[in-house]
Amino acid sequence: MSDEEDIILADLPDDELVQQMFDDLYDGLKEEIEEAVHILLGRDWEPYRILTEALVGGMTIVGHDFRDGILFVPEVLLAANAMKGGMFILKPLLAETGAPQVGKMVIGTVKGDIHDIGKNLVGMMMEGAGFEVIDLGINNAVEAYLEAIENEKPDILGMSALLTTTMPYMKVVIDTMVEKGIRDDYTILVGGAPLNEEFGKAIGADAYCRDAAVAVETAKTFMARKHNQQAAH
Amino acid sequence: MSNLLEKLLVERDWLLADGATGTNLFNMGLTAGDAPELWNDTAPEKIRKLYSGAVDSGSDIFLTNTFGGNASRMKLHDAQSRVFELNKKGAEIGREIADASGRQVVVAGSVGPTGDIMAPMGSLTFDSAVEMFHEQAEGLKAGGADVAWVETISAPEEFQAAARAFELAELPWAGTMSFDTAGRTMMGMTSRDMVAMVEKLPNAPLAFGANCGVGASDLLRTVLGFAASTPQLPVIAKGNAGIPKYVDGHIHYDGTPELMGQYAVLARNCGAKIIGGCCGTMPEHLVAMRAALENTPKSAAPSLDEITAVLGGFSSASDGLGDNEPAPTRRNRRKRA
Repeated sequence: MSDEEDIILADLPDDELVQQMFDDLYDGLKEEIEEAVHILLGRDWEPYRILTEALVGGMTIVGHDFRDGILFVPEVLLAANAMKGGMFILKPLLAETGAPQVGKMVIGTVKGDIHDIGKNLVGMMMEGAGFEVIDLGINNAVEAYLEAIENEKPDILGMSALLTTTMPYMKVVIDTMVEKGIRDDYTILVGGAPLNEEFGKAIGADAYCRDAAVAVETAKTFMARKHNQQAAH
Repeated sequence: MSNLLEKLLVERDWLLADGATGTNLFNMGLTAGDAPELWNDTAPEKIRKLYSGAVDSGSDIFLTNTFGGNASRMKLHDAQSRVFELNKKGAEIGREIADASGRQVVVAGSVGPTGDIMAPMGSLTFDSAVEMFHEQAEGLKAGGADVAWVETISAPEEFQAAARAFELAELPWAGTMSFDTAGRTMMGMTSRDMVAMVEKLPNAPLAFGANCGVGASDLLRTVLGFAASTPQLPVIAKGNAGIPKYVDGHIHYDGTPELMGQYAVLARNCGAKIIGGCCGTMPEHLVAMRAALENTPKSAAPSLDEITAVLGGFSSASDGLGDNEPAPTRRNRRKRA
């Protein structure tokens, strides 16, 4: 059936298994990822190490190739789905072991906008990078964002809009946060097909993210900055 | 030759399509969150104004206010039971404006994406997409649309589902996809893939092409990509009037009428036969586009540099075809038991 040798995951040494997981994430092979996570747990890997070295490592490659126009949405969705399979196993273990959190994001499409493909993609890639993601879904009024950030205390608020008619609403949310004096408590990232960097600046967001891969890189940068600031205080 | 679009495509060297729907309606007071399709029922005078804006500016084809009029999109406004009615009304108003124009104007029933992701990645099956598009097409046909016009599609399967739906409705059609991601559609389809797809469809469109996406430059690069595959079918170019900018609480597209006139001439030189605008393209842009097309003779296809010199840079370095660059370094897929 195959002219290549079949691979038995359990027979691979750790470093080769992690490389194989990178390939399997890339190819969106969920069952193989789940199997490999179990194998590494059986070899006494810390859940956090599996997350960061194997899963996040693999999704970083996917993110770069998405950013560079080598992979497209269908492949990324499959990869994210495979990642999710691994995360489902690790999540309770990460909580038990008190593993450090990469960061937390609340994300939602703004009021009037019912598009969620791009927003879902960002959510998946953020999870792929180890962030905890609270997805508010579509059509969010300013009240929904405020309630979520109060309850969830995220590091990052992400807003998405696919329509030129809905993108100004992002400014309504940011202005309301300014009024309430909570704007600077959060990093605000915005994205969506019709947006651009100039628009992000004009409405007072911290950054415009061109695609899901850029969103992840930007989020990591802001988290690192936040940690450095906290360390300095 | 029973169909008006088919007839005009034979008689004419080029046809002017319309401009923006959303930008125009927003200027008429549409607020974020409203379904514009509901206005076909509640504010028909505004829809008349929208259509007249295109027809009075010289459009030979205009699209109906039915872009989001499928069950999946209307459900978000709890109006999924009104798909037939709202599409019929949108087309009826179009018929009225076209018939009163005193010239031959095509009423094109706009059909936008469902907003769902196709299986296996998402929940949308081919059959359910066909069913939704078919329901919409029947409404458009009952309202008197000359053709169905599917637009802003990213997934090839969704485009094929629309073709099948229009076959079931026995409505001639045209269709465009949006190439907004590194020269390809969001789902990864190249301009060359699209030509291959439309030419294999059992129910071929009257014309095919690209709309929306990033900017007018990118769109013309896609049209050049179509032309390189020497398609048998006429090509449609509907690009945005520049890039959206945020000005005083509103979105303003930075493309001037003059620039869109130059875009129209370049689009024809690139090989497009049906030329129009998309987001940000207002009646004054259409007037300039018509004048430019009438007053400028067709000439050779521009180079990429000539396009960017007039319309600005591309959003991505590559056109996604991979002809002038090393093959993308895809990782090798290994196999196992």
